[in-house]
Amino acid sequence: MTLDAITLSVIQAALQQTCDEMDLTFSRAAFSPVIAEANDRSDGIYSAVDGALIAQGSQGLPVFVGVMQHSTRTIIEMISDGRVLPPEPGDIYVVNDPYLGGTHLMDVRFAMPLWRAGNIFCWLSNTGHWPDIGGAVPGGFSASATAVEQEGLRLPPVKLFKKGVMDPEIYAIICSNIRVADQRIGDIRAQAAALHVGQDRLFAILDRYGDETVVEAIAELRRRAAEQMRAHIAALPDGTYRSKAFVDSDGVVDAPLTIALSVEKAGSTLTFDFSGSSAPCAGPMNSVLATTLSSVYLAMRHIFPDVPISAGAFEPLMIKRPEGTFLDARYPRPVSGCAAEVSQRIAEAVFAAMVQAAPDKVTASPAGSSGNFALGGNDPARGRDYVMYQISGGGYGGNSGHDGLSNGCSTIGISKSPPVEIMEQAYPVLYRQYALREGSGGAGKQRGGFGLAYEIELLRGEARASFVMDHGRFGPQGALGGRDGAVNTVTVFRDGQPHVPPHLSKEQDIALKAGDRVLVGTPGGGGYGDPLERDPELVLRDVGLGYYTREQAAEMFGVVVGNGSVDAAETERLRRR
Amino acid sequence: MDENIPAQAGNVVAGIDVGGTFTDLLLIDGANGGAVRIAKTPTTVENQAHGVIAALAATGFPIPAIDLIVHGTTTTTNAVLERRLAKTGMITTLGFRDVIELGRRTRPQPYGMTGVFVPVIPRNLRLEVSERVEASGRVREPLDEDGMRSAVAELVAAGCEALVIHFLHSYANPSHEKRAAEIAAEIWPNSHITTGHSLLSEAREFERGVTASVNAAVQPILERYVARLRDELSQRGYRSDFLIMNGNGGMISARFVTREAAKTVMSGPASGVIAAAYTGRRAGFDNLVTYDMGGTSTDVALILNAEPAVSNEIEIEYAMPIHVPMVAVHTVGAGGGSIARVDASGLIQVGPESAGANPGPICYGRGGTEPTITDANLVLGRLDPRKLLAVDNPVTVEAVRKIFADRIGKATGLDGVAAAGAVLRLGNIRMAGAIRMVSVSRGHDPRDFTLFAFGGAGPLHASALARELGLPRVLVPARPGITNALGCVVADLRHDFVNTLNQPVAMLDEKRVHEVLARHRAEGEALIAKEAVRPQSIRVSHSADMQFVGQTHLINVPLPSAHVDRETLQGLFETAYFARFKVELPEIRANLVNLNTSVTGVRPDIDLGSLIDPAGRVATLEGALREVRPVWFDSGWRDTPVYLREKLPLDAAIEGPAILEQMDATTVLEPGDRARSDRDGNIIVEVGAP
Repeated sequence: MTLDAITLSVIQAALQQTCDEMDLTFSRAAFSPVIAEANDRSDGIYSAVDGALIAQGSQGLPVFVGVMQHSTRTIIEMISDGRVLPPEPGDIYVVNDPYLGGTHLMDVRFAMPLWRAGNIFCWLSNTGHWPDIGGAVPGGFSASATAVEQEGLRLPPVKLFKKGVMDPEIYAIICSNIRVADQRIGDIRAQAAALHVGQDRLFAILDRYGDETVVEAIAELRRRAAEQMRAHIAALPDGTYRSKAFVDSDGVVDAPLTIALSVEKAGSTLTFDFSGSSAPCAGPMNSVLATTLSSVYLAMRHIFPDVPISAGAFEPLMIKRPEGTFLDARYPRPVSGCAAEVSQRIAEAVFAAMVQAAPDKVTASPAGSSGNFALGGNDPARGRDYVMYQISGGGYGGNSGHDGLSNGCSTIGISKSPPVEIMEQAYPVLYRQYALREGSGGAGKQRGGFGLAYEIELLRGEARASFVMDHGRFGPQGALGGRDGAVNTVTVFRDGQPHVPPHLSKEQDIALKAGDRVLVGTPGGGGYGDPLERDPELVLRDVGLGYYTREQAAEMFGVVVGNGSVDAAETERLRRR
Repeated sequence: MDENIPAQAGNVVAGIDVGGTFTDLLLIDGANGGAVRIAKTPTTVENQAHGVIAALAATGFPIPAIDLIVHGTTTTTNAVLERRLAKTGMITTLGFRDVIELGRRTRPQPYGMTGVFVPVIPRNLRLEVSERVEASGRVREPLDEDGMRSAVAELVAAGCEALVIHFLHSYANPSHEKRAAEIAAEIWPNSHITTGHSLLSEAREFERGVTASVNAAVQPILERYVARLRDELSQRGYRSDFLIMNGNGGMISARFVTREAAKTVMSGPASGVIAAAYTGRRAGFDNLVTYDMGGTSTDVALILNAEPAVSNEIEIEYAMPIHVPMVAVHTVGAGGGSIARVDASGLIQVGPESAGANPGPICYGRGGTEPTITDANLVLGRLDPRKLLAVDNPVTVEAVRKIFADRIGKATGLDGVAAAGAVLRLGNIRMAGAIRMVSVSRGHDPRDFTLFAFGGAGPLHASALARELGLPRVLVPARPGITNALGCVVADLRHDFVNTLNQPVAMLDEKRVHEVLARHRAEGEALIAKEAVRPQSIRVSHSADMQFVGQTHLINVPLPSAHVDRETLQGLFETAYFARFKVELPEIRANLVNLNTSVTGVRPDIDLGSLIDPAGRVATLEGALREVRPVWFDSGWRDTPVYLREKLPLDAAIEGPAILEQMDATTVLEPGDRARSDRDGNIIVEVGAP
């Protein structure tokens, strides 16, 4: 090695910093609240040779871990075989084709080569979730689509910016095919501005340390990230760890989809095998390969957060291509649910397998749903149409040290849910409650966190409600003897009559009128460890706080709570049974 | 309160800052040519008042002869962070008692599906009452007054000392909260009742609820503290009112401070920033990045045109937002105690783990075994081992160097010194990155800024950090270790106001804008008139929080006057937006979200020329030379002169490398730096090329 340890660490920090600044610029300049508030975007630096990930922003949406290396690689391949025009300085490609290394159509990627002395030094790329991309329903999450064409506009890699100038014709095509097009110019400018910030910072790094040193450092950092991941893996016991996770249904056919996973740990590699998982499905709960891979990556990053995100970190993770399953969907399978829900079930399968190997590093399963509830209608008081999105959190799984967090963000997200007051200002709805969902945390030595219970009443006009959630059929899995968290529930009251979606967590276009209500209970986290080993004083505290009833304390934890204290003798008797 | 004691130039002002370890005092005797007295005493954790009195006693100055005491306190900050809070009850709209526990569906870090959160008020003390106001402010369900009475009675019976009333949409129509507070006041045993709308009249029930909860839960604690201190002071003959530093960087009478107690959670950090702004303005540097490095964390803030940036959205820890206007101090999790290690891939990493104060760095001799940034400074000759404060069992430099060799050097092929050098350099780079994210990367040109370095460790790293950040200059104030106390001495009276308009600029009612800003001004002036301290003048500044229609993030745009028109607003916003993002969007209209005003009662200038006693200065640079010792820089060991800063001649010109030592701080000048002193005793370092 010719590079010293100091220079190497310095360049690593500088590359990371560059990506973090790109993330910051993109969010702060964006218009779409999905990007600006929910941070549903990511920025990174990619190899000029094969698109391999060099560095990625630490504040990017987790589901995008590693995704853009697939789309960047595809662009490089398509340029080299002549299907895409080669770049010139100032060009930026746009692409959102899920089958070309993507997620769903709403995630639109920009990719820009960084030029150095007439050659491409590396690529800068980012992804932003646009609020609409055309298709059958506003927002793109059609629960009943059966082909990708119903989900929106699909863009192959094309140059949106040519020599630094935006192509007005391509822009016009995009705007003619999406809803609320008038603000997209702001997001496009923000997305490009983030790439330019990255370019400026990278130039400064190259000028300071020299191009050759940086090239050498990138190669060495990749090697070392692989080494670091290998060191983590090597510390786990050898063996094969199996798990299953289930998607409630595909939204079209009412039957669960199975993710079957076996993880083989041998030496310092992990091999992930999804064979035995369900076949591609009719509805939108298919995953494309890039999303399946990145779901494994993000789950592993949740387990080992100290390993920097780079192609090297993924090297020891051998993922067999799950051909013939719904985790490797091909054109024209609909895919809108892959990033929001299927990815989280894949992560759940990884957690459920890995907790057996690394019980001190992995939690029981978290709620793992984005909780998408969309309400579209017309507000007669304002004389205009609206589409409202309510996302929600749920309980996290218990872990070796602590109970699970309540109302945590989705596994793949980092976005905050909107305040009730802001929703009521903007839409003709009234929240009748927004509460901790009592009893929902799965029992365990360390219990799961609690989900959320909310109830929304339509105040004016008519509207249609759509749900893309999950865990309605089976709750988030407990681990090491812990029990599952409570299942997701959706109940729609029309004229006072309850309606439960046949697919439990998914349904599209339920007609509502003023006075009708929607009641949602989000999943609790899985419990960790035997609930009969939970400290009775903690159960007493939980009863005192109203988290569980006394009956639940006895049933779920075998603890008899008397008047403000634990009945030790009765508890002992109950627990022995 | 004696109304006849205005604080004027010529009077005696004492600023006292209670920090985690030390209570610092700075007394300026205006009647005696601005003579200075300084004291540093241990902070008394159980009752900070004892430490304050001890600091006053240590000055030897008679307490009855002091005209004004201004105090920065961490009482409320510590109470929140350690959850040593008053027992507090909460009554909310039916269906919404869990809002402050649920938060906005977050986790503490992007990766790692774990986290712990303890709400300020436990769930069994959060009750609900039937009432409902709609977003428009229209009452949908009347307040259930009987239900309110029984809820209040239940919380009194449970032994609650403070009460929060938090109803939905109270910012739009506070009538229910006001009525509920009246009902509660009939039976509540004290005045500690906080309504949600009174501190923060803005939508967002979680943030408003937490702000109100924190306020209520620290109110009794702050009140007790203020009462104890007032008693202690008056027993010793102090006759005046005393003032407390608020988080917005203005001071407020201790008589009024508890009503909005939550505003004091940034009291300490805000006073440091105020001192920086004041010192910088006198020195001719109006744009500063302030940098206060402590043991476990570092506070960073921006000062533009001599005004500290203020934020309405401070989060003091995970899921603990306090949304009242406070000086925007960003805390970076790196300090002298940050631990260095070699990770599994063989790369050196510095932080985020910290040795904290206990055991602390190895060189503190309290059992620390992990090499830290402070230890690296020691090995590299930057810190003098003979002058370390707070050492229990001295550890030799040789022993520390060996630990660097073992823990860092072995895996990386470096000897102990090179390993320590690597740790220092990486620590600086990590810190520079974090500082950049909260300062100059937000659309500012670093070349316009000066790094204002204070705290015990700030001046050690400042020159190296300025290089990393591209800042051309460092200002090290005369007394880096008591900057917060100086902030108390020089602070103004200040009140901030926010009103939400949320209208496209093109449709803006200009008259309404003028009315809102005029009302802000009148309210602020009225509040300042109530204070016992008389300002020399009143300064009013207005700004607007703006965005393009459809955006959610805001850009703060200073307004030239209260009588702005639409065209000016549009132009100012477009200029600010372009400066920040290099993006022009003529297609899209601008939106005015908030109007802000700060009304400042400006106190007379205080001369800082005696912070370092002019009589102690010598005539030549050589006269201030203490020794020449080897110090490690990136280029290797250099024989480096060490000067006693308090002896330096005022017109000294110093070339780096050099070290300037004083009681409470060590300043390192890197090779290529050129430093000079100014009339206030500041050291101005022109940073050399890297």
